[in-house]
Amino acid sequence: MLSIQNLHARVEAKPILKGVTLEVPAGEVHAIMGPNGAGKSTLSYVLSGRGGYEVTEGTASLNGEDLLSLEPNERAAKGVFLSFQYPLEIPGVPALTFIRTAVNAQRRARGEDEIAAPAFLKLAKEKAAALKIDFEMLKRGLNVGFSGGEKKRMEIFQMAMLSPKFLILDETDSGLDIDALKIVSEGVNALRSPERGMLVITHYQRLLDYIKPDRVHVLAAGRIVASGGPELALQLEAEGYDKYAGAAA
Amino acid sequence: MAAVKETIDTVAALEKYEHGFTTDIDQEFAPKGLSEDIVRFISAKKDEPAWMLEWRLDAYRRWLELDEPDWAKVSYPKIDYQDTYYYAAPKTKEGPKSLDEVDPELLAVYEKLGIPLKEQAVLAGVEGAPRYAVDAVFDSVSVVTTFKKELAQAGVIFCSMSEAIREHPELVKQYLGSVVPTSDNYFACLNSAVFSDGSFVYVPPGVRCPMELSTYFRINAKDSGQFERTLIIADKGAYVSYLEGCTAPMRDENQLHAAVVELVLLDDAEIKYSTVQNWYPGDPETGKGGIYNFVTKRADCRGDRSKVSWTQVETGSAITWKYPSCVLRGEGSSGEFYSIAVTNGHQQADTGTKMIHLGANTKSRIVAKGISAGKSTSTYRGLVSAHPKAKGARNFTQCDSLLIGKTCAAHTVPYIEARNGQSVFEHEATTTRLSDDQLFYCQQRGLSQEEAVALLVNGFVRDVLQQLPMEFAVEAQKLVAISLEGSVG
Repeated sequence: MLSIQNLHARVEAKPILKGVTLEVPAGEVHAIMGPNGAGKSTLSYVLSGRGGYEVTEGTASLNGEDLLSLEPNERAAKGVFLSFQYPLEIPGVPALTFIRTAVNAQRRARGEDEIAAPAFLKLAKEKAAALKIDFEMLKRGLNVGFSGGEKKRMEIFQMAMLSPKFLILDETDSGLDIDALKIVSEGVNALRSPERGMLVITHYQRLLDYIKPDRVHVLAAGRIVASGGPELALQLEAEGYDKYAGAAA
Repeated sequence: MAAVKETIDTVAALEKYEHGFTTDIDQEFAPKGLSEDIVRFISAKKDEPAWMLEWRLDAYRRWLELDEPDWAKVSYPKIDYQDTYYYAAPKTKEGPKSLDEVDPELLAVYEKLGIPLKEQAVLAGVEGAPRYAVDAVFDSVSVVTTFKKELAQAGVIFCSMSEAIREHPELVKQYLGSVVPTSDNYFACLNSAVFSDGSFVYVPPGVRCPMELSTYFRINAKDSGQFERTLIIADKGAYVSYLEGCTAPMRDENQLHAAVVELVLLDDAEIKYSTVQNWYPGDPETGKGGIYNFVTKRADCRGDRSKVSWTQVETGSAITWKYPSCVLRGEGSSGEFYSIAVTNGHQQADTGTKMIHLGANTKSRIVAKGISAGKSTSTYRGLVSAHPKAKGARNFTQCDSLLIGKTCAAHTVPYIEARNGQSVFEHEATTTRLSDDQLFYCQQRGLSQEEAVALLVNGFVRDVLQQLPMEFAVEAQKLVAISLEGSVG
């Protein structure tokens, strides 16, 4: 279970999150929707520990363990995975090398043995095929020269390889055409399990047609201003965020 | 992948400069300072013939007329050339002839540095593992050269320069100074006067040298300079791959290392020359101490279709001033330069290459990667020129700089001269900063900050590392990671 209580965070002097409270039980998928500038991406960065964001109040924990005092890599080893809105390019480091280094770093941090090369390759081939990723692409520099859709698929591939406990998808649908959206969604859905929670951050309802949420929350001006079932997303699609903009101010 | 992991482990495990130890060994010195008498002293110590002494004295007189160059983007206090020892050697009876006769103390030094000096130890390794013949130079003298017999059977001469002057005077007379003339530049001229030891290699026509050759330079004595001289000759159709490594103790005083390396290539010959330079870089916080690495390296592709390749990994030295160059004289000859220069702390590097196209259809390729961190400065300086007769000359240059942090600097100074209309030169250059976004991305996947830096830097230098012999590529990768330790955060 991901538990966020009264979370306040600022960037430099500017408060962005102003008391977010949210619980995502294991096995559930929650969607966060909201207008631009509401603090959606900030929430994902604060949870994953990016520099430049200062938490001024509140707590965040995963399965009872505090996240906010940990380094980003320690959070990753605890099972937090952030799928980036804009995945970074890592020139000269083949995708496979990158992912194996990450898998082993996490395993070491948890006191587990490193994965043996044959087992790793077998797993990589399997997961790549499921996401329709050409295996040759995994030998190229990670994300270098990849299209937007390929980068997003690569995020889901990493997710599948790392098998995290909690997923945060930050605007995963942005820049995807309909075919890529389907492949990516199938990849995410394949990772749904009773042990795993997900936070799906999106601006549009479209993604939620493919990744069906258990709950939908509206984040506006740094606070959760409304929560409901999947129908809330449809309502937002029809009515827009206007009324929440007022509520938050 | 294994190499990346190893890098990460190494970064986690090692202290900053691991070769900084000193060895207490009985050494003899020339009196401090430089004069004709000192030149005579060195020549006499080495039991040199009269022609060699004359050559040195001529160089010394020319050196007195020259001015120290000041065009490089480096700054350092004026060097007092009278405050240095120009000769320092471990005390032994005669020059050692075999491994059994080498001072065990010295052998221990090389063992500590991880240099295989015992032939049988190398042979006892994994079957099929490549073997390396090593010439070990300690301060001013070569203490041992391994595998000489086996190489001699193939016709290859591999020995110290002192020995070559005595045993192969005709080859030395013919080629020494023929690539880098005595008065080529200030430091080369100084070297010509006082050079102490270095390696000599001759590969006869049609012979492919049966193993990798390497020379390991170690500066140990305090206040001493090292002036090594290396000469490699690849006769027609010959091939040799050579590697040099260097380390020095941590001392508060700067020490001068002014080397000259000359490569001669006849028709269809090929030389691969790799350097892993890890001289003491000085104190990372104060910038105190460290080696001044002022080196002249040049290859002369005299023969048609000859091919030379310089690969360098420069991680050490307080100041590096070094431009391994290729004179592409023979028709269809080619030169390559692959470089990784890492600067951290207060290091300054001004390094690059010169590709002088003199013959028709000559080709050259330059791939230079500079990484700067701390308060360091790194400059790529390169010249590509085509003579009027060098029709059909081609060059491709790529210079990439990576900056880590906000207090370092990178500069690129390319000189390009095409003096005929049928040459094609390409130049690409990039400068990037290791971004916080990339670091965070790696960390989010589970890598620590140090691991993330090592991975990103390894990616950046990958093209060049691939040019090094396998074992050294792994070594170099570790070295790059260690040099950058503590550069972020």
